[in-house]
Amino acid sequence: MTMPLIFEKSKQGRKAYSLPKSDIPGKETTELLPDWAIRKKPAFLPEVSEVDLIRHYTELSHRNFGVDQGFYPLGSCTMKYNPKINEDVAALPGFNNIHPYQPEELVQGALELMYKLGRDLCEISGMYEASLQPAAGAHGELTGLMLIKAYHESLGEGEKRTKVIVPDSAHGTNPASAALCGYEVVEVKSDERGGVDLTSLREVVSEDVAALMLTNPNTLGLFDENAVEIADIVHSAGGLLYYDGANMNAIMGIVRPGDMGFDVLHYNLHKTFSTPHGGGGPGSGAIAVKEILAPFLPVPVVKKDGELYTLDYDRPDSIGRVKGFYGNFNVLVKAFAYIRSLGAKGLREAAETAVLNANYVMRKLQGRYHLSYDRDCKHEFVIDASYQLKHGVNTNDIAKALLDLGFHAPTVYFPLIIREAMMIEPTETESKETLDAFIGAMLKIAELSESSPETLQEAPHNTVVGRLDDVTAARRPILRWTPPEG
Amino acid sequence: MNYVPHTKEDRSEMLSAIDVSSVDQLFADVPLEIKLDRDLNLPAAMSELELMNYMSELAGKNISTDQVVSFLGAGVYDHYVPSAVKHIISRSEFYTSYTPYQAEVSQGMLQAIFEYQTLMCELTGMDISNASLYDGATGVAEAAMMSSRITRKQRIIISQTVHPDYRTTLKTYAHNLDFDVEEIPFKDGITDFEALKELISNETACVIVQNPNFFGYIENMEIASEIAHKEKALFVACVDPISLGILASPGEYGADIAIGEGQALGIPMGFGGPHLGFITCQKKHMRQMPGRIAGETSDNKGRRGYLLTLQAREQHIRRERATSNICSNQALCALAATVYLSWLGKQGIKELAEMCLQKAHYACEKLSLVPGLKRKHSAPFFKEFVMKMPLDPEKISSDLISANILGGLPLKRFYPALSDSMLIAVTEKRTKEEIDMLCRALEGLV
Repeated sequence: MTMPLIFEKSKQGRKAYSLPKSDIPGKETTELLPDWAIRKKPAFLPEVSEVDLIRHYTELSHRNFGVDQGFYPLGSCTMKYNPKINEDVAALPGFNNIHPYQPEELVQGALELMYKLGRDLCEISGMYEASLQPAAGAHGELTGLMLIKAYHESLGEGEKRTKVIVPDSAHGTNPASAALCGYEVVEVKSDERGGVDLTSLREVVSEDVAALMLTNPNTLGLFDENAVEIADIVHSAGGLLYYDGANMNAIMGIVRPGDMGFDVLHYNLHKTFSTPHGGGGPGSGAIAVKEILAPFLPVPVVKKDGELYTLDYDRPDSIGRVKGFYGNFNVLVKAFAYIRSLGAKGLREAAETAVLNANYVMRKLQGRYHLSYDRDCKHEFVIDASYQLKHGVNTNDIAKALLDLGFHAPTVYFPLIIREAMMIEPTETESKETLDAFIGAMLKIAELSESSPETLQEAPHNTVVGRLDDVTAARRPILRWTPPEG
Repeated sequence: MNYVPHTKEDRSEMLSAIDVSSVDQLFADVPLEIKLDRDLNLPAAMSELELMNYMSELAGKNISTDQVVSFLGAGVYDHYVPSAVKHIISRSEFYTSYTPYQAEVSQGMLQAIFEYQTLMCELTGMDISNASLYDGATGVAEAAMMSSRITRKQRIIISQTVHPDYRTTLKTYAHNLDFDVEEIPFKDGITDFEALKELISNETACVIVQNPNFFGYIENMEIASEIAHKEKALFVACVDPISLGILASPGEYGADIAIGEGQALGIPMGFGGPHLGFITCQKKHMRQMPGRIAGETSDNKGRRGYLLTLQAREQHIRRERATSNICSNQALCALAATVYLSWLGKQGIKELAEMCLQKAHYACEKLSLVPGLKRKHSAPFFKEFVMKMPLDPEKISSDLISANILGGLPLKRFYPALSDSMLIAVTEKRTKEEIDMLCRALEGLV
């Protein structure tokens, strides 16, 4: 059955809203505003009752899969459980109903929280100072690169250093952020162990390099053992090191980007620190930096002056601000609650368990699925569909078949360097039973790819819609509902 | 508390299944020289109860608008958030999901995004909307970059009556792209269009004007649009979505791109975020739009369905040649706006906008009667306006707190020339009694 749009449920004269009765002497709009300022054609917003409204969006929620519905091994996204208490504390009126321009003395609790979260994030990453302003991972990347650019400019090398090196296994946001920061992107190859190829790196590193962006463990889920050497190569040419923190969940309390030699990192608080992803955001891309980059951090920075917390705008070398106000504060509250719930040992245990879970699933699938790099992984691993492809079953078919079996699919066709890639990240909050059930489903799919590939090629069968036509969608885009004529 | 479900037995079974003696062995590839040889220096773990107490204590150190009557606006507004909104966005099927990459199990979010796009197009009178941006400030920067891609020009002209945070954000972005940003001055609180005519040239990518502007005043967007188009520059309108219940839409005055801050649409003030950046444009600019876009299509049985589309614009496909680096956006905030606008409906948005307009005018009239206070400018306004104060507005603001009033924004920090003035916002939430209380409190102070 086709699910109607909210607009298709609209009936003139119906309403869900109620507004207080006006208690002031009312004036006509035309008395208060010039005619040219007034809207001529009203916006066609739906007219529905509140019960229709609630049922409509409740029905839509039933057509959506979240972590609370089941296992969500979406690689690189760290879909761990989102603790309920964190939602409750973030909804406290003292956090939710405060205005960003309230005088500082009326928001001391909020500033204290931001200050302490910033310190915690520095400790976890081995950095010096943090900014919580960036709204998402990609925004953090951009901000970090801006700091690097400001640093080189301060040394009079802004014009000279025009390149940013990005491994071929990197997230797409890395090159996109570098370009947005005005840099030319140079790709560096991976070696046969899945790490940065040192020979290729040495070839591209020179005086015109501003930075290298790296994820470690990388998008293959592999820890680059040459981290220190990579840092030395880049640093000795005067470049800086950017750490993409998307994979921080693998190493909390075990090894720190700062100690690996990185100069700046962004966190994805919505991955590592359990804040829900909201169907695509809001996230938070908080960054932390070494002392050399601190002068350039976006303003304002939360500062502690004796017992008082303040917003420091007096930072003459700052790059300026990268968004309105101070960051996605509500997300910060949840991340802070998470860190304080777990403490040092809890964070370490989370990382260790995430790695154990990933290795467990990887070894159980090995043999039935092609493992691109046969070595211990960190929090995620990449397999591919090359065995299944022989029977005409590709990665997309496997992903869709998983949906039928009640699981979310892994990240597919990424990283780009592995053909037919499936990137699986179980996270630490999944039990052995859940992992075993997923392994069972994957093995069943491997079997079906041989015995009845057509079932997989037509999957999913049990979802509210079947496979969607993305080609027509892009060729003849319908991007909004249009009211019927008349 | 760490939400790890494994028992000791689970752990040892798993370790032996993968033929590893301990978890440490799985980290053998981390060089010893960089391994952390101590525990992280963090406060001790808290139980749920301890955490709730601790967080409540921190929250208690803030004064919320539940405790005071607020006249603060300046881009973040104390509008009423209906219960329906909170209940829908609290459904964990929505809030615990990721970006809808697997469309078949994400139809709920995808359809909601499609509805959101339709609502934003209707409200702004434009053809195309994306799934959201971070906020109004980054929206301005994205619109400038989009304009530059379309026109292949790098000169951005922005009015000084656009929100100061939006302008500084734009400048941060612009610096790295070698954009040239110039500001149009204002006269009597309104953009000086004669000055715009002087500034604009055939090198201009776009002209950005906010309506109502930062001071709450109505700009003549039609004139601004004409001036921009005459020089073949794009016209970017930054708008307050609530105002569009009664104010002319960007589509009506020929804007090429409309952007704005959507916080007013059912999203709490939350100390400045997460809020909602929206962006809509004319159809011809569709392929230069940044960020996610949901589209309608059909499945293999001909049933209507939705998916993320036009992805060839995006970072995960196009990498360094993408229209933007944006990946995560503000989906849940867009869902809140969708439910909010559907709750209001066609009539509700108009009535709400009228109520803000009327209450703000009542407040302005009454405040003008307080001895020593007067309007700083004479321009028509929507729900915000500037009052000249007889004493330092910073002092007045802090004195009002003892009367349980959060006064308006002292403008000095953003506009030194307006250091005698305060920006006052009035939403539908303010009652006659509260407005009268503000007037009485000010009478006592000045």
